Amino acid sequence: MTIAPKAPRKLSMKDRYSALTRDLAWDPSYVTNEEMFPFTNFEGITIHDWSKWEDPFRLTVDAYTKYQAEKDKRLYAVLDGFAQSQGHLGLTDASYLNAMKLFIQGVSPLEYQAHRNFAYLARHLNGPGPRFAALCQSLDEIRHIQTEVHTLSNYNKLYTGFHSYVWQHDRVWYLSVPKSFFDDAVSAGPFEFLIAIGFSFEYLLTNLLFVPFMSGASFNGDLPTMTFGFSAQSDESRHMTLGLEAIKFLLEQDEKNVPLVQHWIDKWFWRGYRLLALVAQMLDYMLPRKVMSWKEAFDLYFEQQMLGGLFVDLAYYGITPPKFVEQAKEEKEYLSHQVYWTLYQFSHAASFTTSIPTDEHMEWLSANYPKFDELYKPLWEKEKRNVAAGGRHFDRGLPELCSVCQIPMLFTEPGDPTTICQRHSDFEGERFNFCSDGCKNIFDHEPEKYVQAWLPVHQIFQGNCGGASIPDVLAWYRMNPEDGGEYLGSTDHQNWLAWHDMAEKTGGN
Amino acid sequence: MTTTPSPSDRPVGVDLQESEQNRAVIEAIEADNANATVRHMPGMVRVQAPGRLVINRESVEARLGREWETHEFQLAIISYFGHIKDWDDDQILIAWDR
Ligand SMILES: [Fe+2]
Ligand SMILES: [Fe+2]
Ligand SMILES: [Zn+2]
Repeated sequence: MTIAPKAPRKLSMKDRYSALTRDLAWDPSYVTNEEMFPFTNFEGITIHDWSKWEDPFRLTVDAYTKYQAEKDKRLYAVLDGFAQSQGHLGLTDASYLNAMKLFIQGVSPLEYQAHRNFAYLARHLNGPGPRFAALCQSLDEIRHIQTEVHTLSNYNKLYTGFHSYVWQHDRVWYLSVPKSFFDDAVSAGPFEFLIAIGFSFEYLLTNLLFVPFMSGASFNGDLPTMTFGFSAQSDESRHMTLGLEAIKFLLEQDEKNVPLVQHWIDKWFWRGYRLLALVAQMLDYMLPRKVMSWKEAFDLYFEQQMLGGLFVDLAYYGITPPKFVEQAKEEKEYLSHQVYWTLYQFSHAASFTTSIPTDEHMEWLSANYPKFDELYKPLWEKEKRNVAAGGRHFDRGLPELCSVCQIPMLFTEPGDPTTICQRHSDFEGERFNFCSDGCKNIFDHEPEKYVQAWLPVHQIFQGNCGGASIPDVLAWYRMNPEDGGEYLGSTDHQNWLAWHDMAEKTGGN
Repeated sequence: MTTTPSPSDRPVGVDLQESEQNRAVIEAIEADNANATVRHMPGMVRVQAPGRLVINRESVEARLGREWETHEFQLAIISYFGHIKDWDDDQILIAWDR
């Protein structure tokens, strides 16, 4: 009698990973290592052993494609269902879509930039482990922009403000905030990019960007956005891991790397945090149904998880919490109010609309922000009287921008929320203004880089943006009159009311 | 004599999509991590535990009634905090280093 041979055992995840990822790499023999990987020397980072890079996901190309295909299948099923059932009518309000307009104009093009730069890392990092992780992330990021565009294109058929996001991302004043952030990162070296995007953006701050947007979508009846968001976020845990492995790898490879990494953490925390000012106002003002306040999100995702969790581990390497983090903590009481108040006054030059918070909304703001009644409610009460008198306020001037974060100078002094903060540096006979000590610190470290910034307001004054009047500039921005301004009475608002009236009359939904 | 450092009890956790498919995963995590707490937010569930959090393949399979590879966890996860200390065929472990 013979015993049937056992079926050949599958390789374990560990063995598959090393066979399919690390074992496929080779050492060059026709060229030197330096010739093959020319970009990993100039930043001053020292790497002794690239094989020490860990990838806890142990992802191989077959598993990657299998699960990514499954994610897409689930997403497109939801998109079809939503479109076929007129799902947009189940949103809390058409004004909710202002958050999504900001998302496609400001965030989706960053996914494309991430796709490109991770493709570059997938070629140019010396180790096969990080190269493969970067390749997967590059493919993820192109999936993200594609699924975002597919999802939001359904709204573009029916709502204003979605139509020219690519064109606008490269030109419009408030979109230069995210654009210049990413331009700064991709024009840095590969290691700084890893700390800027891989670590600071994807690990430290990603929860503050995506979780509020996606939970907000879920809470406001936007199932497709929630689905693409969570589908994208499921890749994000891999991206977070890449960022975290990157920083640990750099810190463990050589002690000399520590001060460089610390500077990049300081810089990219502040860059990312300033960018998130747009998310702060979205959470507190743009969502008709609130998920959590910016203050609560910052406390939970940043202070508890990052400062209380991660930075305790990083202290082992001599890494301290980012510079100016104390100011960010202090600002959580004021940030969203200051930003939205500014956007409110400039939304005639934006591809989204704004409106005075309703009474119920103001109660929520008072309940969540102890300083709201004293500092911000009076502004809105005054504006209510303006509107009642037929004078909705729009600022007809052009704001001064910070030369680093490119946000209008609207932030206040540490310790004094009633005085606008102004800092400046002189460089080669010119004066450059900043919104904060954090932005000034970044400029002073690399003035040669930031003097090249394309500041939208300067460009308008220099005559590079279609003309000197607001209508000229808006035409150059490809903004239609119905895209911006006041929400109440806007095209989206009127359509919304008419559709719902119609739905009631026909008994449909 | 060696001293073993006491493992940190700073919380670690995962955010998961709240869906029918993920219910077995969430239940398995709750069962296998004695001090786990669960918080529901719109569309998602956060599970956190002091110090460490494990996801065991066998526990998930027992609740799901089918085979489940740990790679599949990628379909459920939105975000996490802590380090992924290990991810193999049988278990995923999240903990802080120190
Ligand atoms: Fe992405
Ligand atoms: Fe990402
Ligand atoms: Zn600034």
